[in-house]
Amino acid sequence: MTNTISVHGLRKRYGDVQAVDGVSFEVAEGEFFGILGPNGAGKTTTLEIVEGLREADEGEVELLGLKPWPRNSRLLPRIGVQLQATSFFERLTAREQLRTFGSLYGVSARKADEMLETVGLTEKADERVEKLSGGQAQRLSIACALVHDPELVFLDEPTAALDPQARRNLWDVLRAINTEGRTIVLTTHYMDEAEVLCDRVAIMDRGQILRLGPPAALVRGLDAPTRVSVASGVLAAEDARRLPGVDEVTDDGVSLIVETRDPSSVVAALSAKDALDGVQIRGATLEDVFLELTGREYRA
Amino acid sequence: MSNFASFKSLSRALFLGFRRDRGALFFTILFPLLFLVIFGGVFGKQSTGKVEVVEIGAVPVLDQAVAHDASGDLRKTVKLSRNDDRAAALKKVGKGDADAAVEQSGGKIVVHYSGADQVKSGVVQAVVQQVANSANLAATGRPPTYTVDGQRVEDKSIKGINFFTPSLLGWALASAGMFGASQTLVLWRTKGLLRRLRLAPVPIPTVFGARVVVSLGIALFQLAVFLLVAQLPFFGLKLQNAWWMSIPLVICGVLTFLSLGMLVGAWAKTQETAQTVTQLIVLPMAFLGGSFFPLDYAPKWMQVLSYVFPLRYLNEGMLNVMARGLGPTSALPQMAILLGIAVVAGGIAARLFRWDAT
Repeated sequence: MTNTISVHGLRKRYGDVQAVDGVSFEVAEGEFFGILGPNGAGKTTTLEIVEGLREADEGEVELLGLKPWPRNSRLLPRIGVQLQATSFFERLTAREQLRTFGSLYGVSARKADEMLETVGLTEKADERVEKLSGGQAQRLSIACALVHDPELVFLDEPTAALDPQARRNLWDVLRAINTEGRTIVLTTHYMDEAEVLCDRVAIMDRGQILRLGPPAALVRGLDAPTRVSVASGVLAAEDARRLPGVDEVTDDGVSLIVETRDPSSVVAALSAKDALDGVQIRGATLEDVFLELTGREYRA
Repeated sequence: MSNFASFKSLSRALFLGFRRDRGALFFTILFPLLFLVIFGGVFGKQSTGKVEVVEIGAVPVLDQAVAHDASGDLRKTVKLSRNDDRAAALKKVGKGDADAAVEQSGGKIVVHYSGADQVKSGVVQAVVQQVANSANLAATGRPPTYTVDGQRVEDKSIKGINFFTPSLLGWALASAGMFGASQTLVLWRTKGLLRRLRLAPVPIPTVFGARVVVSLGIALFQLAVFLLVAQLPFFGLKLQNAWWMSIPLVICGVLTFLSLGMLVGAWAKTQETAQTVTQLIVLPMAFLGGSFFPLDYAPKWMQVLSYVFPLRYLNEGMLNVMARGLGPTSALPQMAILLGIAVVAGGIAARLFRWDAT
């Protein structure tokens, strides 16, 4: 089976900055693939080279068996790219916008209107794009990327600057698109988003891929402790330290927090002491993996 | 897929975007019309008002002349009033409320005039002189030996509405073309629309072609509105035989200004820069390219400088076919120059062109 995307040894330099430094990955047909990384990690440049917006200094890219650079008009109808939510024609309504983009791909007005329904914007069809909320504009820009029914879809931080409701609503839309059999590549810096949506993620920093794999496998590979917390006062900290499998115990006056790599034994022991008041168990997340790999210090 | 369908739909989208832009509508259509109304209305009719003359006491010579003014010529030129207070009458002249004061004692007529308006004071003296001469002649009882019959010759110098219609239109086209192109290009780049269009399978010339066609359509609409308004009786523009040559001229002009606008838009990084630079080009060009006053009356250095501005050629061509009444071929050199500038500016713009803001 051929991969939908195959990238080998990609490099791109801007002046003194090595923006992309030897990136290789493959994406299979129907996969939901995420590229994570802090700002300036090189994920946008990588995506732009893959989409065919920039030429790589070095390396090979193939999409659906075709090279995206130079501009390849046989490839373009088969891929859909969502850019920022502002990439619209001025002063057109949502419907006109989508029909115009559709016409660039030879898509009928009727099909364009159907896409409006897919992203749940039928009620806003006659609203000008400038009047749409952030979430609505984002959904419209995704609709513009999907209007020609592409096999491969690129989404660049689709949920940036959206409120929690709008994000979850958009996730549903994205999942539905993926279920239809389309391959999706997404960049984000929301770890929860990548964890929920992506089959596999690549964590990038300083132009390189640091880890690549399914989110759950990356989290397990981290070997980070699980934190079990109960209400403060149900158990003394000294008693907690003596429980089996406990690494560390802290009590901040609100919660007693037990770090462990054997959460099942700890919970069983707490249960035996009838000390499960307000229990919460929190495992490591992709965010922990991310911070472990890219460091915790703030980078502007 | 058909490129023509994409072209049509893009043109439609761009046209709707323009039609819904109140600011652009005002500045491309209404604002230049406002100028036409003001310039054409104020300077269009170069007729001088009546000369106001105050009689100090009775001036029988004048009164009789007005009374026997069969042709009405005198009443058309002179407005008479009477003030028996000599000091007050002279003060009126001094303040410019009246153009002259006239008094008569026996056979002597005295004209008091102010030097402020030489044309009007000249008219007053000539009129009074003529009235006195006619009275002298009548007093002899002999028929006049010589008579004068005035015949008006068609005025070939271009002034008033014949000048302002083509030249203000030239300014309007330059402004609309340059602002339209530079703003669109910068806006599309900064908003990421250029990149988005690059990722669509539509040929890039189709996208720019649609933009050009919409601009041409708007320009021809401007032309039609200008010609229709200027032909209203209030302005009184009379179209010359080869006026239709203004259509290809307008097309050449729009192509030139779009190219120049693209050049600014390709170079400028932000909308503010593009706007400022465009304004810095358009306004001096309108003045020195002869849109606001005829270059024929401008100082020599200004006339020489005007050759730098593309607008000069558009204005000149339009004046040739619309006002000077020259033949259709008289606009061809100007059209060739405009197209030449369009090609050069377009070529540089293409070299400077960037898809991305970064």
